[in-house]
Amino acid sequence: MKKTYKIDVDCANCALKMEEATKSTEGVKDAVVNFMTLKMKVEFEDEADPDEVMQEVLKNCKKVEDDCEIYL
Amino acid sequence: MNKKQQKALIRIILAAVLLVALHFVNVEGWIRFALYMIPYLIVGYDILRKAVKGIINGEVFDENFLMAVATVGAIALALISKSGDYTEAVAVMLFYQIGELFQSYAIGRSRRNISDLMDIRPDYANLEQDGEVSQVDPDDVEIGSIIVVSPGEKVPIDGVVIEGTSFLNTSALTGESVPRSVTVGDEIISGCINNSGLLKIRTTREFGESTVSKILDLVENASSRKSRSENFITKFAKYYTPAVCCSALALAVIPPLVSGLALGTGFTWGTWVYRALTFLVISCPCALVISIPLSFFAGLGGASHEGVLIKGSNFLESLSKVRTVAFDKTGTMTKGVFSVSGVHHSSYPDEELLRLASMAEIYSSHPISKSLREAYDSLSGGAPVDRDSVTDVEEIRGKGVLATVEGRRVACGNAQLMTMVGAVPVDCHQVGTLVHVAIDGEYAGHILISDQVKPNAAEAIKALKERGVTRTVMLTGDSAKAGEHVASQLGIDEVRCQLLPENKVEAVEQLLADEQEKNGGKAKVAFVGDGINDAPVLSRADIGIAMGALGSDAAIEAADVVLMDDDPMKISKAIGIARKCMRIVYENIGFAIGVKLICLILGAVGIANMWLAIFADVGVMVIAVLNAIRALFVKNV
Repeated sequence: MKKTYKIDVDCANCALKMEEATKSTEGVKDAVVNFMTLKMKVEFEDEADPDEVMQEVLKNCKKVEDDCEIYL
Repeated sequence: MNKKQQKALIRIILAAVLLVALHFVNVEGWIRFALYMIPYLIVGYDILRKAVKGIINGEVFDENFLMAVATVGAIALALISKSGDYTEAVAVMLFYQIGELFQSYAIGRSRRNISDLMDIRPDYANLEQDGEVSQVDPDDVEIGSIIVVSPGEKVPIDGVVIEGTSFLNTSALTGESVPRSVTVGDEIISGCINNSGLLKIRTTREFGESTVSKILDLVENASSRKSRSENFITKFAKYYTPAVCCSALALAVIPPLVSGLALGTGFTWGTWVYRALTFLVISCPCALVISIPLSFFAGLGGASHEGVLIKGSNFLESLSKVRTVAFDKTGTMTKGVFSVSGVHHSSYPDEELLRLASMAEIYSSHPISKSLREAYDSLSGGAPVDRDSVTDVEEIRGKGVLATVEGRRVACGNAQLMTMVGAVPVDCHQVGTLVHVAIDGEYAGHILISDQVKPNAAEAIKALKERGVTRTVMLTGDSAKAGEHVASQLGIDEVRCQLLPENKVEAVEQLLADEQEKNGGKAKVAFVGDGINDAPVLSRADIGIAMGALGSDAAIEAADVVLMDDDPMKISKAIGIARKCMRIVYENIGFAIGVKLICLILGAVGIANMWLAIFADVGVMVIAVLNAIRALFVKNV
């Protein structure tokens, strides 16, 4: 399943870090962060619950760039 | 400005005021240090925090780290040398933050500009159920539902008009400003704006499958396909920052050791550490890292506003290098609809012959009859036709029509029909379908019906050549006579005729090989088609350009560049937009790297101080960002 989320982040490099952090979160199959449109596309593993996974994603993103936000 | 930016602005102003005020306060020692730390921390606390966090998380060598080391180092130097000159460190942090604020503001602005350009996403649909209209999310509308679109509203979902007539503004989709008229039975695509009348539409697709969703999807995903320039910058930044940090370290350690140990001129630690710190400030790669993707984003946004959808930065880059353009004929260079292109050997006035022929064919549903009627309508300005004056209509299958028009026996059809009525047909040297006309058994001339070349096709080819396209090739399944005729009319260099779709792929492969041999793959081959039957060719060429794609899914899927309307001028326009964008990208790369290198050298030999360094960093970034935004303005390219 794929879902798109709005995000807020300050710099292109930080967006890249968020992408890496999201990809390495469990339950995430693939993720693309688009800095220019401030959107994040997340593809989930089949058995994963998006809401739970996204909580983890947010936590991981905050770790690499604490100035970021994902609007769940 | 958003909240974050306002907060940053307040911090900058506060720190700047404090810094100026401290200039007039005459205190020494630790009190002076403590006083200067106030503006420093106000403006730079977040940088310091991020730098520390970065180190903890193993993310060293980012710009926060650089700024933190440079400013803390400068403060330490001032403490050790007891010069009490903390102004520099605070100012560096201050200007850095001003630069960051500007960058965030500029990006926010261009983001908004671009999303305004692509403001085609409908927020709601007016769903009619049981005679009542309610506003719902377009996602919730099922296929076959009835939706109502009032004047001024966007059409949210693709469908068919079942009630009302109106003019649609398609400019957000095609860049075309002339409104399109629609009436009952017409297909209507989402994203258009209803200009005048109330329309009722039966939806034929779900929202997610509708044109507007597909286009938005395409545009939003475009910038995630990275171009080579962008990849270059990412790689460059990866090596550049550590490289500069190492050189800074070397600069701080090696020269003083050399001068102290080998030359015996004393260890001049202070000077060299200062130069090394200057190095760090200059080294920030922000100007590059932000302005290159921003240029591409602006270029893609500007292009889509002009009705040119480019599926990724990589395609924008290839498009700028196109030197060979291959075209499909029907539907691309020609209109793809048959119409009257001439009346020849006529013993009557041309208009009269056309009138008689169109009246004789008045009851026929053949496409050729239709084009005769259309031609006469446009000549006469749509004057009413007296149907009663047409009698004794006799349709002869495979030959044509016989009818009595205003008392005269008119025969319209092919050469066989002429022989049948005893007239002698004259053949035509031009290409197309001939309709011979005989009146009362006498040959009266023929009407040539052919697929017409688009009015500005020749101009479009000329424009392409002016853009430096050296080779234009037409690939067509049509006969050699027809193909060569169109090619010479338009000034196309080469033509390959009677090609089946798979032959077209081979032809494009041949062009690719030629280009490879000539320019070593630096120049690119584009293929322009209308998306019908040529999807494999579109994907085989370096750049597949589909035109007239409004409503054609196959073309949107297969092509790399989609021209929303069928105007061939857009081909050269697309190349022009790509060139402008790439020029800006190269300007920014050259300018940013050039200035940084010069400043690094000046810093190393001690000519540039930290003030110059921070101006080099922030100034270059500001100019590069402003330059990048230029890519958005492509109306007159």
